[in-house]
Amino acid sequence: MTRFVVRRLISMSLVLVAISIMTFLIFQAIPNGDPAQRLAGRTSTPETVAAVRHTWGFDKPLPEQYVTTMKKIFSGEVISYTQQVNVLDEVKRDLPATLSLALGAGIIWLALGVLFGVLSAVTAGRFTDRALTVLALIGVSTPVFLVGAVMLYFLAFKLGLFPNGGYVPLTQDPLDWLYHMILPWTALSILFIGVYSRVLRANLLDAMNEDYVRTARAKGISQRRVLVRHVLRNSLIPIVSLWSLDFAAVIGGGAILTESVFNLQGVGQYAATSIQTLDVPPVLVIVMLGAFTVVVLSAIADVIFALLDPRIRLSGT
Amino acid sequence: MTEHLLEVADLRVSFRTEDGVVQAVDGVSFHVDAGEVLAIVGESGSGKSVTGMTLMGLTRGPNARFEGSARLRGTDLVAASETQLRAIRGAQIAMVFQDPMTALNPVQRIGVQIVEQIRAHDAEISRDAAGKRAVELMERVGVPRAAERLRSYPHEFSGGMRQRVMIAMALSCSPSLLIADEPTTALDVTIQAQIIEEIRRLRRETDAGVILITHDLGVVADVADRIAVMYAGRIVEQGTLEEIFYDPQHPYTWGLLGSITRIDRERPERLPTIPGSPPSLLHPPQGCHFRTRCPHEFERCADVPPLEARSGEPAHCDRCWLAPQEKRRLRDLGDGEIGLATGETVIA
Repeated sequence: MTRFVVRRLISMSLVLVAISIMTFLIFQAIPNGDPAQRLAGRTSTPETVAAVRHTWGFDKPLPEQYVTTMKKIFSGEVISYTQQVNVLDEVKRDLPATLSLALGAGIIWLALGVLFGVLSAVTAGRFTDRALTVLALIGVSTPVFLVGAVMLYFLAFKLGLFPNGGYVPLTQDPLDWLYHMILPWTALSILFIGVYSRVLRANLLDAMNEDYVRTARAKGISQRRVLVRHVLRNSLIPIVSLWSLDFAAVIGGGAILTESVFNLQGVGQYAATSIQTLDVPPVLVIVMLGAFTVVVLSAIADVIFALLDPRIRLSGT
Repeated sequence: MTEHLLEVADLRVSFRTEDGVVQAVDGVSFHVDAGEVLAIVGESGSGKSVTGMTLMGLTRGPNARFEGSARLRGTDLVAASETQLRAIRGAQIAMVFQDPMTALNPVQRIGVQIVEQIRAHDAEISRDAAGKRAVELMERVGVPRAAERLRSYPHEFSGGMRQRVMIAMALSCSPSLLIADEPTTALDVTIQAQIIEEIRRLRRETDAGVILITHDLGVVADVADRIAVMYAGRIVEQGTLEEIFYDPQHPYTWGLLGSITRIDRERPERLPTIPGSPPSLLHPPQGCHFRTRCPHEFERCADVPPLEARSGEPAHCDRCWLAPQEKRRLRDLGDGEIGLATGETVIA
């Protein structure tokens, strides 16, 4: 177990270094990406730009700039270019909204994805399966900004059933929090429900042809018990890793569109505005946060994997 | 005449596929008595496994069609409802499958899987009592340190041990009929012998009827009382072990017997084979199914020969139009050897 953790920590550090260098370089390569020019303002003299460049350290060699930025990030002093506020404070402020979105939507899409996947597999080839297939395809192929906009227009603006976007902290008013989260949860879940139900359906149908399922049926146990104890139990294992990765991506700002459409002021929305203004520090921090959660959650998924499937041993244990 | 344990009459199983209807089992009739081992022999695709699985109701599905009957002590397994069948399978009929490596659930402990079957047919029994019974069963089939091994997962067992677990599981409710579908095919020869010994002992001790499905005539010679040879969905010959091995009537049986490796004779250059391959069950040949591969085909073979006693022994039946004397002449390769002489494949 210790070796597993050490291995994962090493690979996590490597991932974080690689991803931060890439992000950093991308912003150097973007045309019109000179931060000094933008910090100094549109009508600035070349002298001002040069002065800004010097005070912010943009005239230093790239590797040095990278190292300074990383140092600032890890000491918690990194300042954004546009707002000139502490980026980590901003991210901390935005994280509850993103976590609320990810947790709620994650539970919904997992539960409904499994439900629809099982229904689809049990009725394979029949009407329910066909209908669910069509629904899943619609869900997968409808972009979240469309679903979100349509929901907001009809359910919030026209009918007034739901608030017109925004986020209310859970600690402030749990009911209002729920009230504000329902639409974003639904919009974000729809895509994932489609994907999960299809993946699970395929897994289940594969599992139903396994020899051990035939053995289970030959024992004379009920159809339902065969399905739950033998088919579903084994088919759910891959879903665990899928879910942990998707969930991590949403926490790491992956729900940019949902957060923006519903104006949740979450991490993803912060990333979106920062990218628009080519504000490197927040983008770097959020990208690294995303990578960090993905690595941590996939390690957790591996542990759960090993618990669910006795044939799997954690590498390095 | 006393009633047979299992009486299968004109069983037909067909499956609708994208390419058409596959007649997997085409009018099969046989019976099994208590304490008797019936071997069903044939190549892959001859319908022997489908026959076995149909008795368990495991071939049921939206694309499957069944005709005929299979009566186990009076209950028709073909017509039985799913609920009736569930009570029967695992309890009165149990099945041991071909590949023990995949036939056990990889993520459940062995004990859990055995106990599940015991409890499925005995609602009263407590978890502890079922666990004790599982230990007894494992000991009975020769698994050492049984109590401890119940906590293992299938991947911690060897193939032979897993097959013992499968047999223990099959025996858990003392079935009156055991269907063993190629129980030794996936195992080493030494382990094969042990598993066969297990089946033999089981028959001795429990008086259960056994259907042994196999393509391995060596295994058959070891344990079977009677043999049914299947080819392309039909039984082509049926009789006692001695009748089939020493006086085979159907050219297909000759071919099968001729293709056994024998250590008591000089080894031929090449192992004799039956030329050609089994017919597609989508479009089987008219008349006798074997005639496309049979060197002794003649006009009458275009009509389906009924399964009748022709050799003189009342219970020794075959589906071949040739006259019995003619058969005896055609099958002898000299030196007491039996085979499918085809002119070109003369056995050394």
